Amino acid sequence: MTANEIREAVLSILSDIAPDEDLSQLKDDVAFRDQLELDSMDFLDIVMELRKRYRIQIPEEDYPALASMTSTVEFLEPLLKDA
Amino acid sequence: MMAARPDQQRIVITGVGLTAPNGNSLGVFRESLLAGRSGVSDYEIRYFGKTLAGICDFDECRYQRRKEVRRGTRAGSIGIYCANEAIGDAGLDWEHIEKSQVGVYVGITEHGNVETENEIYQIKGYDYDCRFWSHHHNPRTVANSPAGEVALNLGITGPHYCIGAACAAGNAGLIQGVQMLRLDECDVALAGGVSESIHTFGIFAGFQSQGALAHHDDPAKASRPFDRDRTGIVVAEGGCLYVLERLTDAKARGAKIYGEVVGYGMNTDATDFVLPDPTRQAQCVRKALANAGLGPQDIDIVSTHATATTSGDIQECVALREVWTDASGRTRFNNTKSFIGHAMGAAGALELAGNLPAFQDGACHATINLDSLDPDCELPGLVANEPSQMGDVKYILNNSFGMLGINSVVIVGKL
Repeated sequence: MTANEIREAVLSILSDIAPDEDLSQLKDDVAFRDQLELDSMDFLDIVMELRKRYRIQIPEEDYPALASMTSTVEFLEPLLKDA
Repeated sequence: MMAARPDQQRIVITGVGLTAPNGNSLGVFRESLLAGRSGVSDYEIRYFGKTLAGICDFDECRYQRRKEVRRGTRAGSIGIYCANEAIGDAGLDWEHIEKSQVGVYVGITEHGNVETENEIYQIKGYDYDCRFWSHHHNPRTVANSPAGEVALNLGITGPHYCIGAACAAGNAGLIQGVQMLRLDECDVALAGGVSESIHTFGIFAGFQSQGALAHHDDPAKASRPFDRDRTGIVVAEGGCLYVLERLTDAKARGAKIYGEVVGYGMNTDATDFVLPDPTRQAQCVRKALANAGLGPQDIDIVSTHATATTSGDIQECVALREVWTDASGRTRFNNTKSFIGHAMGAAGALELAGNLPAFQDGACHATINLDSLDPDCELPGLVANEPSQMGDVKYILNNSFGMLGINSVVIVGKL
């Protein structure tokens, strides 16, 4: 997957987890939590959806990498390069 | 007559919020019951396949964001809808109500089956790998879940919990609310029952295996309590929560009062897992009458529990004939499940609600689908197929019984 495809994939997950949010204005460099109403259970949902959709396991120590869209895409690029 | 209690110990109903398969407000529900309008329709659920059910069509997003609906449970959404509607109906100044003085008491037949079945179904797609089991499973399935969702939604910080009482739960929730107000544990009680049971295939499969699940070519005719051609239970979802207050508080704010909970009784058969015991049922009715300081002939309407199983219908009638021995009495008997099916944990609360407007309109709604009365279910005063105009209705008695021999009776009086 390209960086852009990964971004779209994460957006798709976010739209399921936070269906009331307007994601069209999402700022990639700003933490999700600072612009969306997401709590710890929602972050676990992101991890779960990545596991379900792409069969990737994200260890707990890597959760901080999922802070913003930019950091998430950077983190996922090597994991999803063959997806 | 009525047990003499000081006004501060007299508990009144000042708000009703409900969703039933044939109405999402008390007004529409009552209209459906008087018009003979069924809420039963065709239904299909995984593994079990095609069947019938009472399905509610209230707008979940009226009081919840989509994210909350996704995170919570159907029972929670039903409870939230009912609670918000009840508070609105009661005309409470909710913004200024002390939320730590509000109690939430929600009757449930069961909770967690739907959510557990969903999780097992989805991990089946991952070869039962438990890493795909949702972190939402535990908060969705704890036994206080529907009441807790109501509290979260409304910012209620008083006590909240569910009352697990099989199909007696709607009455049991209401009784809990009355007791907690009398104990000064809260100033406003949101009390009643909810059910999401149609979303578990297990309840349909279980009743089918028990030979107790209804079937009929015409869904509207499937729920047939007391009728010789009954085939069993139609499972329904639904909910009904009441706003309960002390009479003194209700009067002080000039609240509209639907009625007073003048008496109640609960007891246990202790004889069988599923088969009812009419002796204990009759005792439970007498216990409620004694609690209210009333005799059987004081009751205008008896809302029966009958679910359209042969044993359940007949045994309840045995119990009722034992208590109401005077065949020439004024008491009328009806049944709401004939319209909506069996709403499980919501049944008692919903069935009482559908009868409450009788205090104003003087009508006893019917038992529909009663085309060929089972002779063992003969009750003098059984209202069949068409509503009966009674004039002044002063007392309604509501039966709700459940598995493991749990019995509950609530009596509401007109003020």
